Amino acid sequence: MAYLRSILRSGKNAVPAVLRREFHRTLPAAVQQVTVRDAIKEALDEELERDERVFLLGEEVALFEGAYKVTRGLWKKYGDKRIIDTPITEIGFTGIAVGAAMAGLRPVVEYMSFNFSMQSVDHIINSAAKTYYMSGGLQPVSIVFRGPNGAAPGVAAQHAQCFAAWYGHVPGLKVVSPWSAEDAKGLLKSAIRDDNPVVFLENEIMYSVPFEMSEESQSKDFLIPIGKAKIERKGNHVTLVSHSHVVSRCMDAAAVLAKDGIECEVINLRTIRPMDMEAIETSVMKTKHLITVEGGWPQFGVGGEILARIMEGPGFSYLNAPAVRVTGVDIPMPYAKHLEENTLPQIKDIVFSVKKTLNV
Amino acid sequence: MQKMLTIISNVLRGSASRNGAELVSEGARVVVSARTYADFTPQATFDIKKCDLHKLEEGPPLQAVLTREEGLQYYRTMQTMRRMELKADQLYKQKIIRGFCHLYDGQEACAVGIEAGINLSDHLITAYRAHGYTLTRGGTVREIMAELTGRRGGIAKGKGGSMHMYTKHFYGGNGIVGAQVPLGAGVALACKYLGKNELCVCLYGDGAANQGQIFETYNMASLWKLPCIFICENNKYGMGTSVERAAASTDYYKRGDFIPGLRLDGMDVLCVREATKFAAEHCRSGKGPILMELQTYRYHGHSMSDPGVSYRTREEIQEVRSKSDPISMLKDRMLSNNMASVEELKEIDVEVRKEIEDAAQFATTDPEPPLDDLCNHIFYNDHPMEVRGINPWSKLKSVS
Repeated sequence: MAYLRSILRSGKNAVPAVLRREFHRTLPAAVQQVTVRDAIKEALDEELERDERVFLLGEEVALFEGAYKVTRGLWKKYGDKRIIDTPITEIGFTGIAVGAAMAGLRPVVEYMSFNFSMQSVDHIINSAAKTYYMSGGLQPVSIVFRGPNGAAPGVAAQHAQCFAAWYGHVPGLKVVSPWSAEDAKGLLKSAIRDDNPVVFLENEIMYSVPFEMSEESQSKDFLIPIGKAKIERKGNHVTLVSHSHVVSRCMDAAAVLAKDGIECEVINLRTIRPMDMEAIETSVMKTKHLITVEGGWPQFGVGGEILARIMEGPGFSYLNAPAVRVTGVDIPMPYAKHLEENTLPQIKDIVFSVKKTLNV
Repeated sequence: MQKMLTIISNVLRGSASRNGAELVSEGARVVVSARTYADFTPQATFDIKKCDLHKLEEGPPLQAVLTREEGLQYYRTMQTMRRMELKADQLYKQKIIRGFCHLYDGQEACAVGIEAGINLSDHLITAYRAHGYTLTRGGTVREIMAELTGRRGGIAKGKGGSMHMYTKHFYGGNGIVGAQVPLGAGVALACKYLGKNELCVCLYGDGAANQGQIFETYNMASLWKLPCIFICENNKYGMGTSVERAAASTDYYKRGDFIPGLRLDGMDVLCVREATKFAAEHCRSGKGPILMELQTYRYHGHSMSDPGVSYRTREEIQEVRSKSDPISMLKDRMLSNNMASVEELKEIDVEVRKEIEDAAQFATTDPEPPLDDLCNHIFYNDHPMEVRGINPWSKLKSVS
């Protein structure tokens, strides 16, 4: 039922091919269908319960139950002290959260959208990321900054920017970009338990998408380590590296290409910083072809970094074709649906790039 | 009789000194030991200036009681601060200290008075003119100076420099103007959250007072009743811009609007102490934040690259030095009330000078941090990791 709802709401393209193929199979008893939104909420709930020092703050997180309903029910359960509604003052409340972290609490800051975090970027970088280093190891800062990042349908230029490359640039930050419900839950729990500043980039398109959650992932101590990528689909012909909602597109494109006998290996980065180059290199050594796929802008982006590292590392000598990037178009995000669709990588763009790279 | 007097004066001096410095020459000792403990006034009450009040029915008391011990301690600390800053000036001109160096001389009564009004278990955060606060919050002159010279014995292991010094319950040392204010309110939030009856003193200058994030902080601190004492150290100039040229309203103690405020003489350590005590009581009783404006003055320019005379006159600086110097004010009070002798204070001066000399010696001879330390302390409590060096073949190691 949830699956049907999600097809209708977010469109065919948002649903991972994996689920589409398994639509008619009965799921094993212990496995559940959980949306990314609910997985995030479960992670928050479990970590709030586990550690008294964890608290949430952000706009509309308490009474309104979250602008995207991610924090539904948490304020009723934990109250004013642990779930704090803030005024619309990003730089102020981010600074307050970082200060609270310096004094030993473990705040989780929600940005209604990471576009608003630009107001707070001084605190994320200068007050949080750099402090442990500048103090010679005297002052750690245990804090998580989370919220939807990147494209969302119809929100236009000021609300659709991807910040993975911006935050990925900074030493002292960990930057996580989950795709599936399992990713979201395991990585958010790890992020909250991590004693360092973590930027947790969710995506609005993914919130309503349901995924199978294994029995293991339903445990309260289920953690996914930060810094390790996951191979979502094995293949021998080309490596597709992606993160966040674009992983869905890669999986869809892989299904289309499989019909032509081209097997893609799809790597879900899971973490932007520190990036799991080993996983990418191992894959490239096997497939000999690399394409990075992202929603963000091309210049100085995540793909650019991966390609540079492949050039500098052992993977280069295995390449049979230049590694390339598939990215969002280098423009502010337009509003009109047709224009918007042509600004982000679609299945056809990935298929085209794979065939070009493989020269077929 | 002589022996008994010597013993008593030794005990006195021992309790007054911070680190048991050596006694001075025979001649001086003979003179001092002629005065017994009974000769000095143990405490005196001083009239202090009334504070300007904003949204407050009553202010701090108009009189302050100063004991001999307190007086000697404030004198010693302020003198240590003064000498330390002047030594930093010297080392900077010799190019042994590099980069930014913002000196605090002239403002000593603020740091010392504030610390006298709170406990070490309270919290404090300030901006970049931070050497004095690092001292009052438990840092030693040695580790402060070695941090300025960038040595491994520095308080931040040489990794931070002048603007990034930390101690327990002291959160620096912050380079971005105004950023420390929401941070301080966050510390206050943690104080309230953890229920330990602690508060946070959050300092900023007249230049920072116009920052938007400070007003955002006033709003949240007031809404959530955070135990936060906002303190504006108004030294009349934000770098080279006088207050009249930067602020539409220079009544900084009123800028908190719905937050009660006090304006007081920041050159008088007793005024500062009494106001801080008053403010601390306000916070601890759960009434929420309060704002203090300390009217003070810095003798040096904004930093070592600013001579400080293009936007103010030498006459003005000289006038403040001769009429309002915080150390002289305290000294005059103590001497005219027979709370200490000239020789005793001179002895403290000598001890302080020696402490500074030793610290400077350490700061110039201690080695710089080893290159192995370059990439350490990126993350806390994390497994060791590799850090990319300057070229692709350079793989550096980082541990927590």
